[in-house]
Amino acid sequence: MKKIIANEKESLKSKERIGMRRRDFFKLLGGGIFIFFQPRDTFKLLELQAPQGRSLPTEFNAFLQIAEDGSVNCYTGKIEMGQGAITSLAQIMADELEVSFESVKMVMGDTDLCPWDGGTNGSQTTRSFSPHMRVAAAEAKTILLQLGSDYLHVPVSQLEVKDGIISDIKNNKSKVSYGELTKGKRIEKHFDGKPELKDYAKFKYVGKPYLHQDSRLKVTGEAKFSADIQLPGLLHARLLRPPSHGAKLVTADVSEAEKIKGIQVVHDGDLIAVLSDDRDKVDQAIVKVKAEYSFSETEVDDKTIFDRILKANSETNVIRSNGDLETGKKISDSLTESEFHNSYVAHATIEPHAATAMIEGDKITVWVSTQQPFRAQETIAREMNVPLEKVRIITPFLGGGFGGKSAHRQAVEAIKLAKITGKPVVVAWTRQEEFFYDTFRPAAVVKITSGMDKSGKITLWDYNTYYAGARGSDTIYDVPNARTTNYSGGSVHPFGTGAWRAPGNNTNTFARESQINIMASKAGMDPLEFRLMNLKDEKMIAVLKAAADKFGYTPARNPSGRGYGIACGTDVGTLVAHIAEVKVDKNTGHVQVIRVVCAQDMGLCVNPEGTTIQMEGCITMGMGYALTEEIQFQGGDIKNHSFDTYEIPRFSWVPKIDTVIMERNDQAPQGGGEPTIICMGAVIANAVYDASGARLYQLPMTPERVLTAMKKA
Amino acid sequence: MEEIIRLELNGKKTEMLLEPNLTLLWVLRNKFGLTGTKYGCGMGFCGACTILIDQEPVRSCTLPVSDAANKKIVTIEGLALNINLHPVQKAFMEHDALQCGYCTPGMIMNAVGLLLKNPEPSQQDIIKGMEGNLCRCGAHVRIIKAIQTAGAEMKGGK
Repeated sequence: MKKIIANEKESLKSKERIGMRRRDFFKLLGGGIFIFFQPRDTFKLLELQAPQGRSLPTEFNAFLQIAEDGSVNCYTGKIEMGQGAITSLAQIMADELEVSFESVKMVMGDTDLCPWDGGTNGSQTTRSFSPHMRVAAAEAKTILLQLGSDYLHVPVSQLEVKDGIISDIKNNKSKVSYGELTKGKRIEKHFDGKPELKDYAKFKYVGKPYLHQDSRLKVTGEAKFSADIQLPGLLHARLLRPPSHGAKLVTADVSEAEKIKGIQVVHDGDLIAVLSDDRDKVDQAIVKVKAEYSFSETEVDDKTIFDRILKANSETNVIRSNGDLETGKKISDSLTESEFHNSYVAHATIEPHAATAMIEGDKITVWVSTQQPFRAQETIAREMNVPLEKVRIITPFLGGGFGGKSAHRQAVEAIKLAKITGKPVVVAWTRQEEFFYDTFRPAAVVKITSGMDKSGKITLWDYNTYYAGARGSDTIYDVPNARTTNYSGGSVHPFGTGAWRAPGNNTNTFARESQINIMASKAGMDPLEFRLMNLKDEKMIAVLKAAADKFGYTPARNPSGRGYGIACGTDVGTLVAHIAEVKVDKNTGHVQVIRVVCAQDMGLCVNPEGTTIQMEGCITMGMGYALTEEIQFQGGDIKNHSFDTYEIPRFSWVPKIDTVIMERNDQAPQGGGEPTIICMGAVIANAVYDASGARLYQLPMTPERVLTAMKKA
Repeated sequence: MEEIIRLELNGKKTEMLLEPNLTLLWVLRNKFGLTGTKYGCGMGFCGACTILIDQEPVRSCTLPVSDAANKKIVTIEGLALNINLHPVQKAFMEHDALQCGYCTPGMIMNAVGLLLKNPEPSQQDIIKGMEGNLCRCGAHVRIIKAIQTAGAEMKGGK
């Protein structure tokens, strides 16, 4: 029996982080072949993506197991929230191991079964995690072939593998399955080498379209989400919420709530909750709690926020500087100065935050709708003052995430109440609570001064982004005199903000690509030709051309009255170009998107079906922040409580959508969950201009704003 | 005051001692364990809680259980016949008309209600009929296609 245990000291050092010791995995999972692996080169990426994040563990952060029954299980702390990782990771695994797609099982987001992981965000699952998983799978195959060679008494070079069966090329009756080889064995191997890309042409599953593997569960109602966990004695809880962010509880009177039969009231400092085995009862009881608050709110609202952002005491960070801005100004024939505004938007997942918490002896189990199961585990261990291994976080299916399920306040609330009441507790937020505690995409300002020469060549690009975040702020155009400055760090937001699908990039791409169209019109040029003239990046040129081909685009100076818009950008390693057609109702200001084409270069596309769905989803979701979505607020008081005042895209909005995935099979796979959304603000704004001559400098482009802009046109 | 409420739930006659003003959504989820029906907004704005009552799609989050008394209720769990999925469920799978799956039960129930009333809906009929059901992941184009496919299959008597 072959046994390689790498660096026992290292693993002991990091066991606390992992939460569960390796030998416990074995106790639970029995025999087979285990390959532990660690995506080391994500260090850099993680630092960029999540400055709030902690360091990665020094050991492994995923492993795969080939069990005695021949099934292949991959245990990872990544979670499934609709993005389709459960399907695409299985495709990759099946290919590298040469097993059937059906035999691969992804075990995700359970802190007791899966090793530590930094969370599911930044479209990293495919581009950062999967290459390492592939290498681990290839390593497993090597070990299995060696075992097969010993078993069949044939050299490895004389063996072939198909669907998990190793056979002798010269004698097809001489064969053995992976399952048979692993029987009674426990082979452990750590792998932390650098992944190398292989010839994708040989793959059977990767690159082929696969439907969502979890869809049967989801169409039958069997799929469990965090509020669906049914436990004996389960109590439903509602908590007293302040009327606004910044309000402090002064007094509370719970006597009326206590009078309701079957209601248990918890009053523990600022934590006031009502609980019952009946959800209706807690809904009735919570409104009976009388509370007084003191207010010390920030004096700002959804109109004055932009001024506050510009006047804030910000840290400035120059991201790019090349050439000289003064020189750029001097050689420019015309200058364009613009200021773009973007509003706070909500994640508005249809599943609100939920957690079901249970304590058995000294063991805590919480089912949480979170993109960060391991961070939730840490938070709960800290809040409850228990060791990490006493906390198990299970992440069932997530009803949407988009960056909004990164905090886990609801899990802390549920476990605290479970501890106090001695019973399992579910905390499932109402839609109003969801809007109140959401970490909104931050409102932001972008100021650009740009210049070009007589021929339309961009000669100056001075780009200043305030509180959007730096992602997507760097110019994609070839400009000799350019500077990009990011302003952040001041206290500007009266409530929580956070990552929202392609953080920063929606605002930055809206600003940059609007400015480019403004310049193209000034130069008297078609906006596609203007872009092609100012781009050097061959990949970007190729996606623009692919989008134009698919659309059947013909050049024209804007506004042409056709209602065509164009925009391009990059996100998480992927390049996108969009062309849209809109109709603007000149009486009402209503914008109807007729058609959107998107071409995308994401390197190797693992699952074209899953990618297309993500692209369609991004286009559809992105129309919301472009046209209607905007948090209205007065200080810390969030005025939007539900979907009546916060309008997200509906069936009647949906345009004809065409997607093009560039064939780049020889290149490493890049992110697919976010890129297609980044252009939606700009492509619609540019199309509105082309249709009506109205230039919109603020998102969302509500009918009122469109009418106002049309008057200025 | 509690009273006996009789429901014909997914083809089975049931009776339970309940306060008549309880919300049907919570009764289904918490008393009958039918958690396929989802809470999305609690105000009838999103459609995640849609079920069929006497073949009509209804928002269960705003309906007192007494209003459903003595009526035929179908939830997502009662749509399939044994292992055979309903044509709408099948079509949602074939078209991959979902991502996170949270709005899916409500979408499917609303679509079944729509097809029962109008077996041959045009694209415009589908958009109009589904307008009140929200999906955040943006599966709309596929949902429309799935409903068209299911409609054709149901009309074919399969």
